[in-house]
Amino acid sequence: MDMNKTTHSGNRGLRFEEPLIFELDSPGATAVDIDPPGHNLDRLGGLRRAGDIGLPGLSEPEVVRHYTRLSQKNYSIDSGFYPLGSCTMKHNPRLNEKMARLPGLADIHPFQPVSTVQGALRLMDTLATWLKELTGLPAVALSPAAGAHGELCGLMAIRAAHQDHGQDLRTVVLVPESAHGTNPATAAICGYSVEAIPANASGRVDVDALKARLGPDVAAVMITNPNTCGLFETEARAIADAVHEAGAYFYMDGANFNAIVGRVTLAELGVDAMHINLHKTFSTPHGGGGPGAGPTVLSEALAAYAPVPFVVHDAKGMHLAEHAGAADAPDSFGRMKGFQGQFGVFVRALSYMLSLGKDGLRQASGDAVLNANYLRVRLSEELTFAFDGICMHEALFDDRFLKGTGVSTLDFAKAMIDEGFHPPTMYFPLVVHGALLMEPTETESKETLDQFCESVLALARKAKQGDQAEAFQAAPVLTPRRRLDETQAARKPVLRWKPEPLRQAAE
Amino acid sequence: MRYLPLTDADRSAMLATIGVSSIDDLFAELPPGKPDFDLPTRKTELDVERALQSFARQNMSCADVPSFLGAGNYRHHTPASLDHLIQRGEFLTAYTPYQPEISQGTLQTIYEFQSQVALITGMEIANASMYDGATACAEAAAMACRVTKRNTVLLSGSVHPHYRDVTETQLKHLDLDIECLAPDPMGIEDLIGRVDESLACVVVQNPGFFGHLRDYAALANACQSAGALLVVCVAEPVSLGLVTPPGAMGADIVVGEGQSLAGPASFGGPGVGLFATREKYIRQMPGRLCGETVDEDGQRGFVLTLSTREQHIRREKATSNICTNSGLIALAFSVHMTLLGEAGFTQLAEVNHANAVTLAERLEDIGGVRVLPSAFFNEFAVSLPKPAAEVVEALAEKRILCGVPASRFYPSCEELENVLLITATELTSHDDMDDLIAGLNQVL
Amino acid sequence: MTDLRYTKEHEWIRVDGDTATVGITEYAQSQLGDIVFVEVPDPGKDVTKGGEAAVVESVKAASEVYAPASGTVIEGNAALVDAPDTVNSDPAGDGWFFKMTLKDASELDGLMDQGAYDTYLKDLDA
Repeated sequence: MDMNKTTHSGNRGLRFEEPLIFELDSPGATAVDIDPPGHNLDRLGGLRRAGDIGLPGLSEPEVVRHYTRLSQKNYSIDSGFYPLGSCTMKHNPRLNEKMARLPGLADIHPFQPVSTVQGALRLMDTLATWLKELTGLPAVALSPAAGAHGELCGLMAIRAAHQDHGQDLRTVVLVPESAHGTNPATAAICGYSVEAIPANASGRVDVDALKARLGPDVAAVMITNPNTCGLFETEARAIADAVHEAGAYFYMDGANFNAIVGRVTLAELGVDAMHINLHKTFSTPHGGGGPGAGPTVLSEALAAYAPVPFVVHDAKGMHLAEHAGAADAPDSFGRMKGFQGQFGVFVRALSYMLSLGKDGLRQASGDAVLNANYLRVRLSEELTFAFDGICMHEALFDDRFLKGTGVSTLDFAKAMIDEGFHPPTMYFPLVVHGALLMEPTETESKETLDQFCESVLALARKAKQGDQAEAFQAAPVLTPRRRLDETQAARKPVLRWKPEPLRQAAE
Repeated sequence: MRYLPLTDADRSAMLATIGVSSIDDLFAELPPGKPDFDLPTRKTELDVERALQSFARQNMSCADVPSFLGAGNYRHHTPASLDHLIQRGEFLTAYTPYQPEISQGTLQTIYEFQSQVALITGMEIANASMYDGATACAEAAAMACRVTKRNTVLLSGSVHPHYRDVTETQLKHLDLDIECLAPDPMGIEDLIGRVDESLACVVVQNPGFFGHLRDYAALANACQSAGALLVVCVAEPVSLGLVTPPGAMGADIVVGEGQSLAGPASFGGPGVGLFATREKYIRQMPGRLCGETVDEDGQRGFVLTLSTREQHIRREKATSNICTNSGLIALAFSVHMTLLGEAGFTQLAEVNHANAVTLAERLEDIGGVRVLPSAFFNEFAVSLPKPAAEVVEALAEKRILCGVPASRFYPSCEELENVLLITATELTSHDDMDDLIAGLNQVL
Repeated sequence: MTDLRYTKEHEWIRVDGDTATVGITEYAQSQLGDIVFVEVPDPGKDVTKGGEAAVVESVKAASEVYAPASGTVIEGNAALVDAPDTVNSDPAGDGWFFKMTLKDASELDGLMDQGAYDTYLKDLDA
């Protein structure tokens, strides 16, 4: 096959070069016909915009083709295996999309009288019931918009509780070295200083080091469980007890909840707060970066501090507590999100939960862990598994198997792209050298996993030949673009299109 | 179960490969015992549809009744191709574009989104999105404090109360002083007199929460002289098709809610936070950024860039903790902007304003009703002769969603008890206006 | 004779009379890779030994540059703002970060000389 075959158009069969919308501009064109207003009376107070905005004009067929062609340059779960560790890229059922578009759920306004949205409140209440039941905790704040936002919700509730109890001197949050970057970033926004807790030789929190650091200045401990190495923190309960003993709270990062849904409750693990990524565990689509939702379950000790809004049962049915400090939310720490939370995401997640039921959720976590362990065992034939033993929903490999080959983790991952797979998470967690973190999820068939394993094993054997570094460093070669120059992008940032004269002036 | 591909035969074979006898063996490290949940078991697709339709049926959909609701969340017509395009699986089911070679679709759309947001706000650069307008406002105030190394934030009474509340909540542990001015239904608040060299920023909204359009150019000058930043919130981006953009008034940071152009209200979420600023503040900006570069063959391509500001690298020193953002809603916003183009965006804004003017004039003919803003876009506060919440309930009984009572946000403010926010858009027909006027005449 | 001293965090400091110049070492720049951004301190800023004084960023990493000794910044290297790659190409020369006055010259006694730093690097790679 001649990979370098050039064409007059620059296109290659089904692979199209696609300009920016600004380069497709046909001035005056539009894809939306709008009848002119019936009058031109103006009550703008002299603030009518002067001059053009500079938006391009395109017809509807041009717009549809533009985005269709761009979409074809994306890898997605719909098109292939996406074992991106810690991201839970599972199948996104289209039923969820259909439900979110029911006019009675999509076309409702956040400030309709509550008497006209009782169904929406009942839906939120039902979702809350599922989340509370699955975690065994008594309260849930639905409004956080994503995982990191949920972390902030949990820490703010913790801080409010400490303040309420006169514990203002607790200023430190302990976070394992292997944690997601959002954990320390969130603690900092909450006004806490962050101290790292080391991992032990088995890839889990060093409980002795943690216990030694606990004291009257510690406000909370944030632990991801299963952790970012894909391992269950077997000492979770002991950690929780020690944390409580020391007067602090136990925050569990629920990014990896998919591994344990239906198999253990957080109440059993002594958790005070945990966010749940509906866009991971409960199948709502990632959409190229979002939106998500990060409902945060809270223990009895923290429940009263939950942010507004939340659903309250009353004599007429349900209403929303919308004001922190009001009679229906006296101790709420405030509001985190405009309107009533990520309602459209709630609909999708509930649609998924109802589809699986408690039995299906348990089967899903079982299959997720089965798939990950299958990858662990099969790939260990050539790759080096980071920590021995059974893993949970994701399998963590390091780069020992590449030692002396001249091939880096990055090169290896890029070669997987040419094989038609999305690479695993690379270089995370930081506690492992050259990490490759693979999370297959439960929605992949054995055939897909086998094909992936055979391809990855073949790549590993190729790398180990010792003279293949250049080939790996050149990968990927079969993609719409080769490796991109990130140094240039960062040294001379070009973050938007500009008309040609401005662009030249800028250079 | 229809979403789980493994067969029992697959499971047995895989367990044998792993060397354990059951799936439960893989969970041996979990606390023993099988929790029992008081939850239903799996449902067919048909049964799930029935269950969710039962929730939907208990809501009054804005599609079925005349609706004049706004207050930061606006209903507009969405072209059919918009929803089709954002439901393409390659957009819908992709993750954050961490592998640029196989994410050029998402990356180029982000780049186009950033360009569109910068253009309509009149700013130099924009990011790839925040959660919503309220959280974007909080991030802007925090950023202004980083840029100016000052710690006092002044929030105008024109700012949406949810933006205010979220800003107060999100910044409350950062040793900052957040001063919130009283709600300003008459649009007469003096801000220039309050600007001094202790301020990190002044935050205003235009059009304001009560609908007032104001020229903030003089305020921008005052801020600049004092070394403070001017943050302008835009809760209705359609206004930017007709109204002088904040950038032209001298804003330093513009934040906004993109929902109104991105699809249905969906009870208020998910939305998309817009965030634009000056190029010189780029390293203090929160959120993801996409930039142009070239690949190894010299072809133009796009990557996420300047990520050392972000949590996955900078951890506790990051500019924000945001990770997941509103990618798909940003795409919807961008597709809609592309469909509209310069001509359509301007015309859409013209029609919105014209309908609002028509409605305002008709309301002014009702005795005891007063339109409060002299200048507005597609929404305005009116003063009624009786409590607005009662009027809203009474008209809802007649299946008219006549507006949002200010008391919903300011329950203890007597001055606002009779104030109602009313919005007209391109979706507001003359029949809708007739129904509203008739309904008000009956209950007032 | 070389009057260079090194920290364990891979900064170098060169004393010339009452003033000193600070930068990062060849080893540090090679570990960071392509440097895309540098933030240097403003003149007049007081720095303390071991405290954060400047920032250096590559595409995927951000690092603090710590002051090897206490004192006051006289000048930041403004040329690095537009040409951060100078730190890659000439870390010990034109890629310097800032000049400072020293509060207590004896603080330098605890730092490594060339020989000690070379040994330190060898041990790191082992």
